[in-house]
Amino acid sequence: MNAARADHAKPLPALTGLAGEFYRWCAQGELRFQRCEDCGRHRHVPRELCAHCASSKWVWARSSGRGMVFSWTDVVRPLHPAFAEDAPYAPVIVELDEGVRMLSRVVDCAAGELAIGMAVELALTQVSDEVWLPYFRRSKD
Amino acid sequence: MLRDKACIVGIGETPFCRKPGSGLSEMGIQLQAALAAIEDAGLKPAQIDGILPFPNVGKSEAFAAELGCSNLRFAATVHMGGAAPVASLRAAAMAVASGVADYVLVPGGWNGYSGARVRETAANDLNSIPGGAIARDFYLPFGLTAPPQWYALMARRHMHEFGTTEEQLGAVAIAMRRHAQLNPAALMYGKPLTMEQYLASPMISSPYRLFDCSLETDGGAAFVVTSAERARDLRQDPVFIMGAAASQPYPADEICGRPDFHRIGLSTAAPEAFRMAGVKPEDVDFAQIYDCFTFEVIQQLEEAGFCARGEGGAFVENGGIELGGRLPVNTHGGLLSQAHVLGISHVVEAVRQLRGQADARQVTNAEIGVVTGWGDFGDGSIAILRR
Repeated sequence: MNAARADHAKPLPALTGLAGEFYRWCAQGELRFQRCEDCGRHRHVPRELCAHCASSKWVWARSSGRGMVFSWTDVVRPLHPAFAEDAPYAPVIVELDEGVRMLSRVVDCAAGELAIGMAVELALTQVSDEVWLPYFRRSKD
Repeated sequence: MLRDKACIVGIGETPFCRKPGSGLSEMGIQLQAALAAIEDAGLKPAQIDGILPFPNVGKSEAFAAELGCSNLRFAATVHMGGAAPVASLRAAAMAVASGVADYVLVPGGWNGYSGARVRETAANDLNSIPGGAIARDFYLPFGLTAPPQWYALMARRHMHEFGTTEEQLGAVAIAMRRHAQLNPAALMYGKPLTMEQYLASPMISSPYRLFDCSLETDGGAAFVVTSAERARDLRQDPVFIMGAAASQPYPADEICGRPDFHRIGLSTAAPEAFRMAGVKPEDVDFAQIYDCFTFEVIQQLEEAGFCARGEGGAFVENGGIELGGRLPVNTHGGLLSQAHVLGISHVVEAVRQLRGQADARQVTNAEIGVVTGWGDFGDGSIAILRR
């Protein structure tokens, strides 16, 4: 895990509902996705029901934190003032080994080095007192 | 079955501008367009008894009050972003075909340049997009804040899977710009674009460069729909709605996790509309495809069935979507080179083509045309029109 940053003046998730539960796991150092207790499928973003079997029974299952880059974009011209100093930066879609995809960033990789299929692993990063964002970094192996 | 039961009988537009701005309120600009459409039909404003405003830029009650519509019988708002006008066209057709209303107005417009910019919408008005809380909790914290960034993720993946190239995105931008050279009302009239200039334009959110992005514009447009029976008595030759449909990607409120990443609303809507119309994509003489960004044209051509998925890049090359090509697309210049007034001008231009009023950019013997809408995270709408 990376060191805390006190100066993170960026939009933060609202720590309410199921998203709040997701981020509370992140703050404990774990990336967890909902896993349906009936059909066993993982899901992200959090939902009340399993879209495959309509079950309302689920658990927060710990992710391997390993996946690969599914798509990305290099934001050269920021369109939100909070990200002006980050540009260029690259939002990525990561496809986790559990089969879910999520939007994130790859922290140790310039946009020019990103490639679809690149193996990445979890790099949880604290950005405020309460919020740890599930960023990723290049896999070491 | 809706086929040929309703017609577009009036179209209207305001002038389009960027600097210094329209000088009108957003309601004022829409009313100007609405009055032009009502006048074009040969109707009086008070005869309008159905209003379907664009989401977030006006309410039917306010339009009715301004226009003196004391007999408003049908009002609804379709929350599909830029897919709303064509989805509203379908709703209007359903209303007049069923007798719920006689004359339905679909207005829209904004100060998209001098007022709030759509590029800031996702971050500033989370209620304006279907997955507002999802964007707040799972997109914005990571810096995914604006439409070109959402759609760039789709474009990048398509390029990876199918070999779609930057030059093919450029071919879309150049085709729209060529058409704008034939349209004095277009913001990019008199400003041709070469591939060299396209490739040299600054990167916004890769693969999207400046010239992949549509023109934030001050302007308005509107159209009026009535039944085929009533249309016979009006001023203009009616344009018949042969088929229309609207649908959504799955899930509509979240982009990243879609089981089929390339499936959009149009993937479901287009086959339904063509079935209803009783024609095939190869029967179509021109198409007005919602071109918020260049890749969205390629994707919609594929998902609407004008070519197979993955073949859209080749389809747009070598003048394929220019006047004289296999399928002229956005003969007015589109959102990319005419103006971005929420996609309503795509309907207006289709009607002009089918009336034979498109001047220097007229498609010869245009009989059947398609209009699409694209909104939010890939919502889609389509209408198949004939003269």
